[in-house]
Amino acid sequence: MSDRGIRARHSYREATARRRLAGLLDEGSFRELLGPEHRVTSPHLAALDLPAAFDDGVVVGAGLLLGEPVLAASQEGSFMGGGVGEVHGAKLVGLLERAVRERPRGVLLLLDTGGVRLQEANAGLVAVSEVMRAVLAARAARVPVVALVGGGFGCFGGMGIAARLCDAVAMSEEGRLGITGPDVLETTKGVEELDASDRALVWRTYGGKHRYLLGEADRLLEDDLEAFRTAAAELLRVSARPLDLEELEREHRQLGRRLAEFGGAADASEVWRAAGVERPEALPLLEAPEFLRAVAGARRGGR
Amino acid sequence: MTAAELLLSLFPAGHSGREEGSLLLGSGASPEGEVAVLGTAQGLEVGAEEALALAAFVLDVVRRHPARPLLALLDSRGQRMSLRDEILGLNGYLAHLATALELARQRGHRLLSLVYGEASSGSALALGFMGDEVHAVEGARLWVMNLPAMARVTKIPLERLAEVSRTSPVLAPGLDNYVRLGAVESVWQPPLAAALSQALRREAGPDRRSERGEERGGRLLARRVAEAVRGGRGGGG
Amino acid sequence: MERLSFDLACPGAPAPRAPPVVVGVVASGNLEVLVEPGAAPGTCRVEVATSARGFREIWSAVLDDFAGRHALSGLAVSVNDAGATPAVVSLRLDQAVEEYLGGAR
Repeated sequence: MSDRGIRARHSYREATARRRLAGLLDEGSFRELLGPEHRVTSPHLAALDLPAAFDDGVVVGAGLLLGEPVLAASQEGSFMGGGVGEVHGAKLVGLLERAVRERPRGVLLLLDTGGVRLQEANAGLVAVSEVMRAVLAARAARVPVVALVGGGFGCFGGMGIAARLCDAVAMSEEGRLGITGPDVLETTKGVEELDASDRALVWRTYGGKHRYLLGEADRLLEDDLEAFRTAAAELLRVSARPLDLEELEREHRQLGRRLAEFGGAADASEVWRAAGVERPEALPLLEAPEFLRAVAGARRGGR
Repeated sequence: MTAAELLLSLFPAGHSGREEGSLLLGSGASPEGEVAVLGTAQGLEVGAEEALALAAFVLDVVRRHPARPLLALLDSRGQRMSLRDEILGLNGYLAHLATALELARQRGHRLLSLVYGEASSGSALALGFMGDEVHAVEGARLWVMNLPAMARVTKIPLERLAEVSRTSPVLAPGLDNYVRLGAVESVWQPPLAAALSQALRREAGPDRRSERGEERGGRLLARRVAEAVRGGRGGGG
Repeated sequence: MERLSFDLACPGAPAPRAPPVVVGVVASGNLEVLVEPGAAPGTCRVEVATSARGFREIWSAVLDDFAGRHALSGLAVSVNDAGATPAVVSLRLDQAVEEYLGGAR
């Protein structure tokens, strides 16, 4: 009989951005920066007569993770789809720049976002670009940055690129990661390209299990705050991805192999079969521990 | 302006570029020395293969040509939008390209970007906007979404979007908007070779786009919000 | 958006000073409530920004009930509402004040 059922599980996906931080960091350790009482809201949403959020949809601050200082950001996906606008993006940039100054154990980015906030369009695009530059500057300064993806809005658009600039990505099965998300893909290329209402297809394509098998995600977690906390601490401890030529050439070869092996796949299940998974059709049904056992030999990447 | 015309204008002393399936890879001769050139033509939508080829080029320059400047030329409608590319993890390929460019920057290679056609989404982020400086030529088209489509998706009336766009550079497509937001440093006027030389002679600095956005009135909050969160030097502590 | 302001009469002991607290999210059918010190003694100042226009009377009634449930003297309450029902509004107001008071202990 497993003892896992004894500890209560708290869904990461169902939690608000603030609840996720509270569950991830050491109790009572979080100190918010530029919190809601500062009311730094989006002037662009106001110009469109749209509701504002006092924190513009992202909570940033400092705390402890297993006793070690970290900086953390948590996006509230349910506000404007987690879209990045001018203020939201600037909070992320400031946090990453702070990390280069203070050199904490690392930075945790709890991403739950469709990408650029369309209601701020051009300002959102340059904001995401500035976030990307800031993540890379932290990497260059050798401050580890870890992306956590498990919210209901996924991690798409330019933030899907930003996630993969980080030293590591941890995903739950519920999490989704990509650049052109299912709704945008269907709207732009038609339902024949991808039927966004086909949940099984969406999760095969963008979901944590596929990303883990492909090597796009470094960890596949249960949908549980405690699991994310443990994984975040562990990923900050393992060596970061060095920003050097040797590492990049290694990753380049890996990406080339991926294309060669799976470039002809019309569905993720074909990738799994080609990767050597015995019963690919069973993968979506497996709980995380069984899934990890089932793909141990087939998994690409591996940090 | 075609890619060929652009290269001629940038490198009157000569260039050896090849255009393979709308990818530009090569180098050009400038008074400041040889410049590595990479980019896209004909609005190419960048997929996994193209991102990998561009990254390969950057890594090759880093390996074989220390400190050689890299000039990115952008005419791209964004990332390739396909189920197949999403299955493969296109976001990871684009991130790899951006990381390769950052490696070049960290190793002392000057990175310049020049938008000469279209620039949007994934390829703007992974390539076009990665420069130490991002410039454009007249006629460049930078955009996130046209207003009618934006109205449909956001359910905000088109008239409202258009009205706000009369004074705000945030919504509508347009080079002037991107300049005002600080996303584009300047619009190069002919002779382009002279503008390139001047840019090559400037040293790389930190990301100044939010400063520019504030100076130009397009983004009044980004710089100071980042500073408040960053702390130090009298900031948020 | 509609912006509403209310000054609630709050007899009784002043609420303690404590760090600001925010609960809720600005999502459709939901709201966020920020509670902090900041009003004159004897009153509680409430600022509401709401996407649902024309409900001043209902806000007034909900807030009067809210003031009857807690000792709010000296507090400032700010709301960003995206069309929550009165029941959800009441819930969030209570949650916010309880968390604020919890932070004062």
